[in-house]
Amino acid sequence: MEPKKEKTREPQTWANRIHEVFKSHGITQVSYVPDAGHSRLIQLCRDDHDLRTVVLTTEEEGVALATGAWLGGQRSVLLMQSSGVGNCINMFSMIRECRIPFFTVITMRGEKGEFNPWQFPMGRNAEKHLKLCGFEIERVEKSTETQQVIDQMAKQVFMNSSMGAVLLSQQMIGVKTFKDE
Amino acid sequence: MNEPGKRSLNYPLRRREVVQELLKSREGLLVVAGLGAPAWDATASGDHPLTFPLWGGMGGAVSIGLGLALAQPDQRVLVITGDGEMLMGLGSLSTVGLQQPKNLAVVVLDNEHFGETGMQTTHTAGSVNLAEIARASGISSSWTVRESSEISTTREKLLHEEGPLFCGIKVRAETLPLVLPPKEGEILQKRFRNALMNENGD
Repeated sequence: MEPKKEKTREPQTWANRIHEVFKSHGITQVSYVPDAGHSRLIQLCRDDHDLRTVVLTTEEEGVALATGAWLGGQRSVLLMQSSGVGNCINMFSMIRECRIPFFTVITMRGEKGEFNPWQFPMGRNAEKHLKLCGFEIERVEKSTETQQVIDQMAKQVFMNSSMGAVLLSQQMIGVKTFKDE
Repeated sequence: MNEPGKRSLNYPLRRREVVQELLKSREGLLVVAGLGAPAWDATASGDHPLTFPLWGGMGGAVSIGLGLALAQPDQRVLVITGDGEMLMGLGSLSTVGLQQPKNLAVVVLDNEHFGETGMQTTHTAGSVNLAEIARASGISSSWTVRESSEISTTREKLLHEEGPLFCGIKVRAETLPLVLPPKEGEILQKRFRNALMNENGD
């Protein structure tokens, strides 16, 4: 199922596009630990009565939540920032062993323009950690690529019961804020 | 002197009997069993496709139950886990408190020890009261059970009252014969979904 093509009405941010792709893939549970970069997407999901949003105390809860959702027949996604990857690592063992389709969209910290040096260790290594845990990974550098990358990854995850992460680069999120195009 | 680590050696409730009672004639009940003894206890009551026994994911049992309860709002979901597993995921009680799933019930078989790793005492042998934490997390129906006379009413509440519900059951610290569920996670996942949704494969 292809996400709806947007006609030129309101300016569409990458967050709007991601929200649409979630819907087109039948995702119904959206869990998150907030990141400023995710705030518009989180708001769009919260305002959508067909989606159940679940704010977490730590990202690993979202991995377990996704497992329960799948057992109950629902698709879900976890929104987090790169520092959250570290919190999830042991829980990722469960979804790998149980072959739970698992989809996460991660805003990157610790990249170009980062002002907080404490973000560098996880930011620079999040992708490597994810790879070691068995993830397929795609990065989005330009907001115009967002829809296609998220759509492809969602297909991959839910058709093949795999673990997929889309990383949104800090440059894209930071430079364009929430009013791209 | 009443040493905290020794206290639970004399608790009257026995975990296998408690779980047997909770799971008898379970019908459409969906069960998540936390890793270690709770998974063995659930299996001792009969291996069942609608039980998801955990061999890992410590700290995640309640969150799995929450995701399942939100996905299946018309089915009762019962999480049965241990005090050590619950302590690792206390934040998930806050998440449940906020979501208020009406069909979710959580039971902690609290023997005040890490039973699988050499019977070291947990925090509940000392200062920590899990039912009070659950209540303060927004699960207003939270209580502790210590006597066998309370078990049948507890079962009724867990299976029929409006959730979310939390029950800490103080059970004797004891090492019992292992009764292991199937180990392959993918099989456990698929048989659960098949039983729930009459699915064929993926």
